Amino acid sequence: MIIAEKKPIEEIIEEVRNFDRILILGCNECVTVCEAGGKKEVEVLASALRMYFITQGQEKTISEHTLERQCDHEYLEEIRKDIDNYDAIVSLACGVGVQFAAEKYLTMPLLPGVNTVCLGANEDRGLWTERCQACGSCVLARTGGICPVSRCAKRVLNGPCGGSTNGKCELGPDTDCAWQLIIDRLKALDRMDDYEKVAPIKDWSTDRAGGPRTVTREDVNI
Amino acid sequence: MKIPTSFRIIRLPCTGKIDIIHILRAFEKGADGLYVVGCMEGDCHFNQGNFRARKRVEQAAKILDQVGVGGERVKMYNLSSGEGPLFAQYSIEMVNKIKEMGPSPVRLAKQKMAKQKKATAA
Repeated sequence: MIIAEKKPIEEIIEEVRNFDRILILGCNECVTVCEAGGKKEVEVLASALRMYFITQGQEKTISEHTLERQCDHEYLEEIRKDIDNYDAIVSLACGVGVQFAAEKYLTMPLLPGVNTVCLGANEDRGLWTERCQACGSCVLARTGGICPVSRCAKRVLNGPCGGSTNGKCELGPDTDCAWQLIIDRLKALDRMDDYEKVAPIKDWSTDRAGGPRTVTREDVNI
Repeated sequence: MKIPTSFRIIRLPCTGKIDIIHILRAFEKGADGLYVVGCMEGDCHFNQGNFRARKRVEQAAKILDQVGVGGERVKMYNLSSGEGPLFAQYSIEMVNKIKEMGPSPVRLAKQKMAKQKKATAA
């Protein structure tokens, strides 16, 4: 899922300072699971902003709403009937949701309330780690299900670099060497022969190198 | 030992039920202070309820600091159900602390706004 982090309240206060009627718009998907932009976070941020502006002697209307998804036209339509009641929207969705809402409501200022971080997994309570960089051509079949693109700082594709020590990356002791993990897994799978095969040069045009990406599917286009 | 009358007790099935928004709403509505009283750490019937509450109280305190209300207005205490006198002692401690800090800036600002509105209407 998409992992996001809450922006500091001080930063959001500065962004909304000049608006009087503000909608805090949450998203029920990834940002709810990573506890950054769901209904609960919407309530907390709205309450905090209300208290701040009251103590500053400013009367602002701060409303709350959470959509099923902000990256779908259908759900974004839900707020169309009320959109004229607001001067700005603080979206707690990922960057996709913020942009989609901005495209839909052209004249409405859209402010992000979270920093979108990565595609990752919830490894432990309060710990989310990156697992995918959406490179567009998956190599996981060859690497024992461990991604050298997202988990190796250098994105090397044929074994570890010289910086790998005792299974850790030269970035620091907290970062596993992705290739050490791959080798361990290939050993467990009894597939070390695959490790010996030299990977062909990866086509990075499906990654960001080819510019913004699009998926077109005629089969589902009705 | 008598307990002060200036606070309201809100019962929860477990302190693990409390959420940050419950604490913030109390302050939004004009509370001057809030304290959560949970079971002794390690004695929670649901194992982690009081630990969860402590984390949430800490988060609420941080937010209250960020918005200028004051994180010291919220606190978590732990005691066992048999410690009535200690409950009273904590209550007195908290009430005295809040009295020392004065009314919440939210309440003062709300009162000021209400006065201004009344004056404008008149």
